[in-house]
Amino acid sequence: MKYLLWAAVLATLGLARAEAGDMPGVSATEIKIGQTMPYSGPASAYGADGRAEVAYFKMINDQGGINGRKINLMSVDDGYSPPKTVEQTRMLVEQEGVSFMFNGLGTPTQTAVQKYLNMKKVPQLFVATGADKWGDYQHFPWTIGYQPSYRVEGQIYAKYVLKTKPDAKVAIIYQNDDFGKDYFNGVKDIFGDKYAKMVAKDISYEVTDPTTDQQVVTLQASGADTLMIFATPKFAAQIIRKVYDINWHPQEFLTNVSISVGAVLKPAGVEKAVGIITGGYIKDSTDPAWANDQGMKDWLAFMDKYMPGADKTDGNYTYGYAVAMTLAHVLKECGNDLSRENIMKQATNIHALEIPVFINGITVNTSPTNFHPLRQLQLARWNGKTWERFGDIIEGNGS
Amino acid sequence: MQALWHQIFSGIATGGIYASVALALVMIYQATHHVNFAQGEMATFSTYIALALIEAGFPYWLAFLATIIVSFAIGVIIERVLMRPMAEAPVLASVGVFIGLLLIFNSVTGWIFSYSVKAFPSPFPETSQFLGGWASPHEVGATLVTLVVLVLVYGFFRFTKLGLAMRAAAYNPVSSRLVGIRVGWMLALGWGLAAAIGAIAGMMVAPIVFLDPSMMSGILLYAFAGALLGGIDNPLGAVIGGFAVGVIENLAGAYVVGPELKLTLALVIIIAVLIFKPAGIFGRVIVSRV
Repeated sequence: MKYLLWAAVLATLGLARAEAGDMPGVSATEIKIGQTMPYSGPASAYGADGRAEVAYFKMINDQGGINGRKINLMSVDDGYSPPKTVEQTRMLVEQEGVSFMFNGLGTPTQTAVQKYLNMKKVPQLFVATGADKWGDYQHFPWTIGYQPSYRVEGQIYAKYVLKTKPDAKVAIIYQNDDFGKDYFNGVKDIFGDKYAKMVAKDISYEVTDPTTDQQVVTLQASGADTLMIFATPKFAAQIIRKVYDINWHPQEFLTNVSISVGAVLKPAGVEKAVGIITGGYIKDSTDPAWANDQGMKDWLAFMDKYMPGADKTDGNYTYGYAVAMTLAHVLKECGNDLSRENIMKQATNIHALEIPVFINGITVNTSPTNFHPLRQLQLARWNGKTWERFGDIIEGNGS
Repeated sequence: MQALWHQIFSGIATGGIYASVALALVMIYQATHHVNFAQGEMATFSTYIALALIEAGFPYWLAFLATIIVSFAIGVIIERVLMRPMAEAPVLASVGVFIGLLLIFNSVTGWIFSYSVKAFPSPFPETSQFLGGWASPHEVGATLVTLVVLVLVYGFFRFTKLGLAMRAAAYNPVSSRLVGIRVGWMLALGWGLAAAIGAIAGMMVAPIVFLDPSMMSGILLYAFAGALLGGIDNPLGAVIGGFAVGVIENLAGAYVVGPELKLTLALVIIIAVLIFKPAGIFGRVIVSRV
């Protein structure tokens, strides 16, 4: 009996020790978190995301941290170059000994470190990319996405078409890579057997194509009355302009990736884009509807105090604020068990978490079999001056 | 039938883009017997200069002219500073410099002017009902500008002493020097003119494909194909080659192999032409005695 008691005590001590030892990157006063961001290079506009997150955790630390620990988000530059992402991620994991990686940006860059992080069992939380593959919990149990994936977005447009115009003749133009094909697959998910009947013509373009005029002319000849544009900004602008110039007037749907007024609609011609429909989930700071919204007021106060001088019309700051807030929720839920296993467990057990800068009704939801935290959008129509939200929130299919 | 004509017109309009860049390639080849891989990036940089001038309040055509002059100067400076020391180096060393220039121009452009896509103004009127929408006024205007440049380049090489001297300097530097041609300056002049023509091409292309630091990377490939098809030592051939590539690409994409393989098909046709006529359809076969 005595021995048994000792054994139990020893076992408990051993367990407790193992637990403390199994919390890499965590001390009594600090949690170390790693991140790679394109602060330089072609995608450097997205660096705003990382800057907002660093600022958010500075605010959290000023308020006393999370469960008594300060957050140390080490956000480093990878220039949107996958080899550099590998180098920086290894540096953060092996030399700095971070607890986990958070919201690393870019599909090619995060793909380059996905296997490594899963092999090392380091959580790769809330990657900042719209690819659908981050929800693959069976093969990559340590990786989880965040925003509504391109595939989910494609599903939502298809759902809307089926509901409002079941006899539509749809034309689809998509970029011939993972990005474009995700959308394409999303539309297929919803149309299913009806695909052949609904879709008059689908066509792809290559990123090396100087123009997409040939494709647009071919689509027009198909006689379609609905056009889905799954293209990156430069090509989206070309397509919108060409469709208008050749006197074709389909109902256009445009990927959320290319809704920038400055980079797409103005180059194409704002009047040529009137009537285009897209989907969104973040409150847009330029939308007057949110002038008295508490969530946006808090965000503006945060921007004024922690990011003075930053461009408040840049949605990347709102996005960064939202993801950081989600992470803060996860860390709070972890309590004192900040082992990598428990962090992953809490990140995959979020139920209807409301983020005040998301359109009301859109919530974060995860489960051990759902690694797609956001799966809802509200549609918006371009009226020549702003994107006007309309209709109910639409939810895409599961993973 | 209407769709077919539409594809052909649209192909001619796109071909005009390739033709204008192909002309710049011909210019540098005529002057130096090299193909400058950085030609496209240099043209993009020039186009950004034009945009900066226009945004600073210059009228379009004044900005156009100023850009051509500045680009000419940049071309001359690059030859004097970078290419001059390479005069005796093997061809591969020059290729290394060209690729280095390409990377430098691309990064510097992005660094100074940002990577985001920008609209570039057109000097031609903006009406979309022009020609039933088959080609925009700008596409027609840009094609005319290309033809004007073609006539100037052709006339320059064919009828002026300077043009003759430049051809001689590229073809046989030693003999040219012996008859009193300043070969070094001829090369610099060739670089300057090629950069100037590239700038014109950039300013004509940007309103169609929109301006970003990698604007020319895809276009240069097609322009190169057009120049090879028509004959890289023949301005007229290169322009016709550019138009041909545009039309072939559209018809192949629409009716033969689909958009994924249209570039491949265009390149296959070019290889076929080069096998049977290595100098291109309009190129002269140069036989040198060894």
